[in-house]
Amino acid sequence: MAPDQMIELRIHGRGGQGAVVASKVLAEAAFLRGRYVQSYPDYGVERRGAPVVAFARIAEPGDEFFVRQDIRRPDHLLVLDPTLLTSAPVLSGLKPGGWVVVNSPKPPASLEVPGDYQVATVDAAGIAVRHGLGSRAQPVVNTAILGAFVRATGVVELDALLEAIDAEVPVKTVENRAAAAEAFEQADLGS
Amino acid sequence: MGERMLLTGNHAAAHGARLSRVQVISAYPITPQTTIVEELSEMVASGRLQAKFLTVESEHSAMAACVGAAAAGARTYTATSGQGLALMHEMLHWAVGARLPVVLSNVTRAMAPGWSIWSEQTDFLSQRDVGWLMLFAENVQEAQDFVIWLYRVAEQVYLPGMVAMDAFILSHTSEPLIVHDQDRVDAYLPPFRPLYDLDPAEPRAYGGLVNRDHYYEMRFKMYENMERAGPLLAEAGREFGEVLGFPYAPVEPYMIDDADYVLVSAGAMTSNVRFAVRLLRERGIKVGLLRLVAFRPFPFEEVRRYLGGRAKVAVLDRNMSPGHSGIFAQEIRAALSQGAPPTDVYGYVLGIGGRDIRVETVVEAVEDLLARDHPERCLFVGVKGLPIGPVRPDAEVRPLEPLEAEASG
Repeated sequence: MAPDQMIELRIHGRGGQGAVVASKVLAEAAFLRGRYVQSYPDYGVERRGAPVVAFARIAEPGDEFFVRQDIRRPDHLLVLDPTLLTSAPVLSGLKPGGWVVVNSPKPPASLEVPGDYQVATVDAAGIAVRHGLGSRAQPVVNTAILGAFVRATGVVELDALLEAIDAEVPVKTVENRAAAAEAFEQADLGS
Repeated sequence: MGERMLLTGNHAAAHGARLSRVQVISAYPITPQTTIVEELSEMVASGRLQAKFLTVESEHSAMAACVGAAAAGARTYTATSGQGLALMHEMLHWAVGARLPVVLSNVTRAMAPGWSIWSEQTDFLSQRDVGWLMLFAENVQEAQDFVIWLYRVAEQVYLPGMVAMDAFILSHTSEPLIVHDQDRVDAYLPPFRPLYDLDPAEPRAYGGLVNRDHYYEMRFKMYENMERAGPLLAEAGREFGEVLGFPYAPVEPYMIDDADYVLVSAGAMTSNVRFAVRLLRERGIKVGLLRLVAFRPFPFEEVRRYLGGRAKVAVLDRNMSPGHSGIFAQEIRAALSQGAPPTDVYGYVLGIGGRDIRVETVVEAVEDLLARDHPERCLFVGVKGLPIGPVRPDAEVRPLEPLEAEASG
């Protein structure tokens, strides 16, 4: 299998937001539906608030010919902190037509993301706070934004995502499921 | 046939220790190894693993505790990385000299300074001459399975063994694997039978002074028994396939039969090398791969058989020995010097300090290989601002180039 026949995802966040767990949950969701997956954090030395990148690869069953390298040409992006859109090279290498799913209460067009991309937003921070995930200053937005991401991209189904949360998120599992489901409904996919 | 799960390499290694029914674990946490012993401590605390978990204040003490426990007859495990393995070095000698089949997983990490937590094999290969069995895992399945495979062989020859698994690229990558059923592993790996019982009713002395009359013979037996470990490793690898469904061998050839050019690699980067071989084959280049799984005992016969007489061999080293070359390149050249048909061996160093080894990095190295007309001892791939090539004889003496120093300062 050539690298361009698998779906490659890149997740941008800040330490404490749950980007690494998000990559694992997404991989688990696809794994639970029999697909071949890989997830991988681009670790620095972990610090709260510092930019964090994580990766996931998803392929069809039987396509187990995986590479081990950073994803430079992702099919889609998740952005857990909207300030990263202007402060880090988040869009670097994103394939034309790919989805950029951003944690933001604003409508997608207002983010003025340059390039030939599809943009979706969801108020993942607000949803996380309502479900008691993290604090108002430091909401844990990973499960919420995953709900919006699967709605926008269809990479995995919502029920697979919820099962993956059961498997991978041992703390506040019910709240995380509810946050993902609410974000799935509330995602703004633009026009 | 086991349970299909999605785990990181580190958690897979912990399952390898659990399935081996280790009885004593002693370890000190260090990034990127920590989640191996975290997982094991949770297994012990929850009762899923009946073992004693000894927390200690350093890696040196961790191996000392393993030596004591193994001398008392326990199957003993630890895990470490980089500086931790270096600190353990003295006790690694002790474990092997005392003929105690301890097994450890080492998450290979670049040595400091500069302080680095990223992937490189030099920490592991610096233990080359200690006398442990040494294997390189490529994927999450092997991070689990090689622990089990090593116990099987180590306890037959009473020599310890270590598994290398690349920092992050393997340790923190989640992939599907089969976590074996306990009864199948039990069928493969019998309980540990120590050479001597540590029994107060029958006191013995251990580790005393050995004068010039006996030390040489002890080391000679160690060497002889390591030679015996070669065929046992191959046999136990075949049996792993029969009993547990994954056959292993000291080397893994790939698209090699008609290859004019053969790449040699070890560890997780091999996945990308294999991919590059497929891409290069599509371009009509007759290239193949020999992956080294075992580093000690060294697979001399296989290396001579698969590499002797090729037009060119390129050894890809994620490590280096300053003043010589990449460490695998040295070993391959030495093995080929003893009666194999002549082959030119080109040494390539790449991926130092976790620098991404991409499929295209390997393709570039092969393009460089095809263009050269005489073998080079050590060619550096991916140094910023430099093409693939040997070191510059006139380079200024300083730790970093001026522009690099300014950029990072």
